[in-house]
Amino acid sequence: MIAALLSLMTLGLFLGGLLGLAARFFKVEGNPLETEIEAMFPGSQCGQCGFPGCTPAAAAVVSGTAPVTLCPPGGRGLAEALADKLGVSADLSGMEDKPPAYAHVREGLCIGYTKCFKRCPTDAIIGGPKQIHAVFRDACTGCEKCYDVCPTECIEMRPVEPTLQTWYWPKPLEVA
Amino acid sequence: MKLFKIRGGVHPDDYKALTAKHAIETLPLPDLLHIPLQQHIGSPAAPVVRRGEQVLKGQLLAHSQGMISAPVHAPTSGRVMGVGNYPAHHASGLSVPTITLKPDGKDQWVNNTAIPIDPFKLPPEEIATRVAAAGIVGMGGATFPAAVKLNLRTRYTLETLVINGAECEPFLTCDDRLMQEQAADVIDGIRIMAHALGVEKIIIGIENNKPDAQSAMETEAAVYPDICIAHLPTRYPMGSEKHLVQTLTGLETPARSLTADIGVVVHNVATALAVHDALRHGRPLLSRVVTVSGGAIRAPKNLRVLIGTPVDDLLSYCGGFTSTPARLISGGPMMGQRLPGTRVPIIKGSSGILALTRKEIMNDAVMPCIRCASCVRACPCGLVPLEMANHARVGDLEGAASFGLMDCIACGSCAYVCPSNIPLVQYFNYAKGELTARQRTEHKQAETRRLAELRSERMEKQKRAKREALAKRRQAAKAQQQKKVAEAEV
Repeated sequence: MIAALLSLMTLGLFLGGLLGLAARFFKVEGNPLETEIEAMFPGSQCGQCGFPGCTPAAAAVVSGTAPVTLCPPGGRGLAEALADKLGVSADLSGMEDKPPAYAHVREGLCIGYTKCFKRCPTDAIIGGPKQIHAVFRDACTGCEKCYDVCPTECIEMRPVEPTLQTWYWPKPLEVA
Repeated sequence: MKLFKIRGGVHPDDYKALTAKHAIETLPLPDLLHIPLQQHIGSPAAPVVRRGEQVLKGQLLAHSQGMISAPVHAPTSGRVMGVGNYPAHHASGLSVPTITLKPDGKDQWVNNTAIPIDPFKLPPEEIATRVAAAGIVGMGGATFPAAVKLNLRTRYTLETLVINGAECEPFLTCDDRLMQEQAADVIDGIRIMAHALGVEKIIIGIENNKPDAQSAMETEAAVYPDICIAHLPTRYPMGSEKHLVQTLTGLETPARSLTADIGVVVHNVATALAVHDALRHGRPLLSRVVTVSGGAIRAPKNLRVLIGTPVDDLLSYCGGFTSTPARLISGGPMMGQRLPGTRVPIIKGSSGILALTRKEIMNDAVMPCIRCASCVRACPCGLVPLEMANHARVGDLEGAASFGLMDCIACGSCAYVCPSNIPLVQYFNYAKGELTARQRTEHKQAETRRLAELRSERMEKQKRAKREALAKRRQAAKAQQQKKVAEAEV
């Protein structure tokens, strides 16, 4: 009787310890796929997808509640990469709806309110209190976070026009 | 001299007889000049003149900025009408920053302070500096700043200067005429470039369909033993830099590297003439020779044209169109770009203006690929155009790249021989452009992530500083309170 008790107790203690160790050393924090997907996103937490940031967006993409085409700054390239990673087919037809844009400050209206550059996720707006603000175009992602907060509505979103350096021949039309 | 074989290539009808016997004429001064700030590969030039300013011929209009760039100069004296956007000499039809100049008709030169001295007594760096200041770019069409190529000696061991007089594109005869009419000046420019590069050996490659140019250059070069004139077989694309070097030296340039890697630098004959003008006379690049040709042109000619002259002026000087052209092209018919209109200005790289008839463009209906492999035989780079185009067509751009898309020189030999009239080069240009655009997006994303991280780090720091300051204040307040209590107790 005592022998059985002892052996079972030893076994229980040993296995319990093993489990405890496993829980410590093989700990998984969240879904690893989510972390991987999040690393693929631009990471500007701009919120254009409708989610409060890139982490919730990644979770939604992994769980399948959001399409892979959700990230406007990522564009087609990201959508294709995501579809590739998750093994789903991407419907890219809706991607071209919103062309890339950049914020432009209309200097005649700017009163130097500072609210816009405090919200900019990439520090693309330069300025100070009661100084005219300006947008550093190369850093602007066109997330529109600054667009709504301006009290004088001096920010406009302008489409990014192709230049001689970025223009290239369109794909030839398909033949029957 | 011994020549080596290259693979592929085609033999298009050359149509050079239309203009080959026409001596270069100088186009009369146009009413307005539109001088784009970017006529070269690299960063655009920054304007130094304002609207309403009076400028003299040869005066600097915009200075170069960055390592790879070129300045632009006033082609004649006159008044600056504005600095704004104007349609570019480009297939896209986009507008680019342009200086508009109204000539005053006096054609008065700016005071030239740089005294022309013997260029062979100048150090090589000085020659490159002067070539850069003269705004000289590769005039065969690539428009790469010539001074950058003249400075290659610092990074590579160079042996040979190859001068490209192949002019393998059909219709074009501007280099042919230059070599016939100004052979002495061209040879002088070539020798100055060789001095700048520090090379001993000079080879001038001229195709056999230009016997007059060959003999003119041979006569002039006879006194210089280091110059060798090579008689190239007539085959397109003999004028492609890498293929020309392979024909002359037997050395193949490694994929995606420069001919400088095998000790060769290639310059165009028109560039050599511009170098001569800059070093001997102190004149910047203000004009170039343009071939105006094609079945739809009433009187095809070779014209010396000021940079910035509207294409309209050239066409009307040549008697206008005999019929509405089916296609208007800048450059040669094989690699040239379609022009969006005739308002656009002539730029440093425009070698030809062609108005082609329906018969000349062979624009038949596109049919499916029959996998005949004519394009594989024609490709001078040893690629498989049909596979590249198929991958690009279905959107598999990485697949196209794995078949050597980035080694394609877009010479158009494959599209020329294709019996199904598939626009192969357009597929390649589209695929290359799309791949570059993706790279650009990726780069922007990486930068965005970096900026966002830097910002969140800063915000964190600010928050921490605020918290610490608050804690300190609280502690101070607490200490004061305790002190007060203690004082009250006493």
